[in-house]
Amino acid sequence: MSNPTANFKQVNHSVTKVDARQLALGKPSYVDDFRPPNALVVKMLWSPHAHARIVSMDVSEAEKMPGVKAVLWHGNVPRIPHATAGQGFPEPSPYDTFMFDTKVRFVGDRVAAVAAETEEQALAALECIKVEYEKLQPVFTIDEAMAEGAPIIHDEPDAYVPIPIPYEPQKNLVARVGAEVGDFEKGMKEADFTFDDTYETPYAQHCPIEPYVSLAQLDSAGRIVITTSTQVPFHCRRIVAQILDVPVQKIRVIKPRIGGGFGSKQEVLLEDVVAMFALRTGRPCIWRFTREENFRTGRTRHPIRVRIRLGAKKDGTITAIGMDCWNNTGAYGGHGLTVVSCCGSKVLPLYRCENIHFLGKVYYTNLPCGGAYRGFGATQAFFAFESSMDKMAEALGMDPVRFRQMNHIRSGEGSPIFAALGEGKEGVPMTVGSNALAECIVRGAEEIGWSNRTDWREKTGRYRRGMGMACLMQGSSIPHIDMGGASIKINEDGSFNLLVGATDLGTGSDTVLAQIAAEELCTTTDKMIVYSSDTDMTPFDVGAYASSTTYLSGEAVRKAAADAKRQILHTGAEMLGLAEKDVLCKDAHVQTPDGKQKVSYGDIACYALYQKNQYQIIGTASHVTGKSPPPFAAHYTEIEVDTWTGNIKVLRYVSTIDCGTAINPALCEGQTEGGTLNGISYALTEEYLFNENGRMMNANFTDYHIFSMRDAPRIKAIIVPSYEDTGPFGAKSVSEICINGPAPAIANAIYNATGARLYEFPFTPEKVLNAIRAVQA
Amino acid sequence: MMKNPQTVTFTLNGERKTFITRPDEKLLDLLRREGYKGTKFGCGQGTCGACTVLMDGRAIYSCLLYSMQAENRDIRTIESIGTHDKPSEFQQELIAAGAVQCGYCIPGMIMSAEALMKAEKTYPEEVVREYMDGNLCRCTGYEKIWDALQTVLARREAANKAKAKS
Ligand code: FES
Ligand code: FES
Repeated sequence: MSNPTANFKQVNHSVTKVDARQLALGKPSYVDDFRPPNALVVKMLWSPHAHARIVSMDVSEAEKMPGVKAVLWHGNVPRIPHATAGQGFPEPSPYDTFMFDTKVRFVGDRVAAVAAETEEQALAALECIKVEYEKLQPVFTIDEAMAEGAPIIHDEPDAYVPIPIPYEPQKNLVARVGAEVGDFEKGMKEADFTFDDTYETPYAQHCPIEPYVSLAQLDSAGRIVITTSTQVPFHCRRIVAQILDVPVQKIRVIKPRIGGGFGSKQEVLLEDVVAMFALRTGRPCIWRFTREENFRTGRTRHPIRVRIRLGAKKDGTITAIGMDCWNNTGAYGGHGLTVVSCCGSKVLPLYRCENIHFLGKVYYTNLPCGGAYRGFGATQAFFAFESSMDKMAEALGMDPVRFRQMNHIRSGEGSPIFAALGEGKEGVPMTVGSNALAECIVRGAEEIGWSNRTDWREKTGRYRRGMGMACLMQGSSIPHIDMGGASIKINEDGSFNLLVGATDLGTGSDTVLAQIAAEELCTTTDKMIVYSSDTDMTPFDVGAYASSTTYLSGEAVRKAAADAKRQILHTGAEMLGLAEKDVLCKDAHVQTPDGKQKVSYGDIACYALYQKNQYQIIGTASHVTGKSPPPFAAHYTEIEVDTWTGNIKVLRYVSTIDCGTAINPALCEGQTEGGTLNGISYALTEEYLFNENGRMMNANFTDYHIFSMRDAPRIKAIIVPSYEDTGPFGAKSVSEICINGPAPAIANAIYNATGARLYEFPFTPEKVLNAIRAVQA
Repeated sequence: MMKNPQTVTFTLNGERKTFITRPDEKLLDLLRREGYKGTKFGCGQGTCGACTVLMDGRAIYSCLLYSMQAENRDIRTIESIGTHDKPSEFQQELIAAGAVQCGYCIPGMIMSAEALMKAEKTYPEEVVREYMDGNLCRCTGYEKIWDALQTVLARREAANKAKAKS
């Protein structure tokens, strides 16, 4: 087969990111850059208690404070159950949230909000709000949540889940999902070696450098215009309409440039409040989280306990895989079910096995709320699963790489898990198309020098080096649920307006989509004026999540461009006096195959707009996928353990990635490097520390350490191409998968260095040291 | 609204200017209020670097500095670095390397690099890391930012050497 990528002129090239220059120059681009001078400042009174009932509340004094224009609390807003998670509709998350409630469920829950002329005035007014709480017994762990007679966190009668899935709030159970393939118990019995281990993963925050921020104002027609740092503008519009009980028609959501999201902004956390204040006051209202609020009240990665049972025969055949997950979703249930589903669906298909058991349960606690976070459950589950794979390889006396090579899924193979596990409903049967995992494994091993790896028992001395690896997969969009739309129209000079609902949150998707449009239209990417995500202007798109933008929205863009191209060909042929079948598009012209007769796109646009048989050349298309083709990756690392202090230093890290065609290789590398470093930082340092009242104690960058340039090891990203027939120009997805590797790869490297196996991260010096001492004892 | 307005006078991007301010206003807030939107808020606690500006050539966190402390000083913001037609060398390299992802950290990075290039003649890795350590980026893994910076620094170091010889 000839290489289809060889002829690409726009895609598969590292063209300049369309917004790079304006951002490097510091031009106004982000929500807060558009704050009008007369904007009121919003501040929130947060719950100091993890679990309490509000017995009484008096805001009258606050209302009279200088500069205060409005106060919102449960006494003066509609009580409408909803989910803040920005997902498809109806959402697979419980409607367990109210704009303001008479109960608070975690330290950082909403109590009352003030809009005032200045921040100082708003803060002063908050201090005048009198609240009497009746403290309730809090629930801080999954075990407490599951216990017989546990306090009920959501005892309100009006909470419900809008789709038919199990929801038992009286047991603190948010969701339950399972899948059985073959006969798991039989598979365990057939095995020569079995393992049964339980792993724990910590809370973490996405830490976009731009915190959550939303601005609402009324336009001249009285409509509410919300400019917000969101990954899901269309879901945001729908959810705000629901919460405020106003028609969708009354709301416009604009997404400007976003200062990073990583899943945290797939949530409607501020927009309802600023919109309500704008309605009440008639003034622009802005609310920006402090960094502390971003940690405490912003969304987090769900901490998950993962039990892995694994059985294999002496020859390396895996006979049984069991995965049980207990997901702590915190005080509200958003993304709880879907995250735990992805623990199974994005992990279990990676290795062939006929007997699989999966069970995921999601529980409420009185702690911060889990949400969507890059990797989305797969990150947590891969830590457990890839650790157990290494344990099994050692029991078999096999090289961990060899064991994975024997068992990983191949192109043309399916997994019953694809059909069994969806997101809120059953999945979709699927066979894997493109798959370069085998090559990823080999390339990564070469790069790190895997053949030099030695057994931990041969290592001595204070500083010991170890190598570890992990194999990974993810998905690309949610099949038969996600939808993306695009439209594209031509201008007189042959430039195009590309309008997409897909939401560039800093990932570079505007650029990638422009490249796809330009490739299809036989023009250059610099001719594309991309406008992304404005609910008044652009077609619908579910937004930026589930690794869907390139694969799903990209195909919508390609189809829209193909639609426009048909029209261009039609008019071009008419201008040349030729039949459509006798002309083609090339280098922004319609021409005869020999190039002797041709007419430029600019002239075609002028002809169509001004001269004859006039019409607007405009292409529009939508796309829904029937598949979620997995990207694959193999990660390798070499680390050094200080066996005296337990300190870990990542010396080198290699991230290979099969994302299909890399539409923009430089941006793909950037995604891979960034996601990998986030994963390393998560594995080594990031965690939430709570006091006995459930209050997060390290809500700042000094005590919650994310990696800086000095901490960062060199990361080598290696793109290993494949061609996914169902994706635009062969593309799959890239952004999420890379964050899943560091925790298991480093855990396996720690073992290889010291013989100490860690079942919980972050791998802090204390934990590492304890594990080493246990080995030495 | 502002009782007893107070003023502060400093050189901003080469022009001497006077602004109304309050004793408790931070330089970051003053700058943004006055339309210098390239300087960003990331934490307000001196821990992320998004608000980095130059004061008398040194990189500082403008979220920590009271506006009055800028009195008679020389303040430079990202607005003084590069234009659409002629971005600075580092901006150019960042753009070319694909180092600008969400871009929120980038103006701060650029200001720290400016401080580095102003103060140092040679650029050993440890010194560069020291200067850039206060600027967090959550998107890029620093790889492409690092590469872009190294390209510029290598060029400058060569030029500095050549100058020293001649
Ligand atoms: S905003 Fe100043 S250091 Fe973060
Ligand atoms: S590019 Fe997003 S924080 Fe650096």
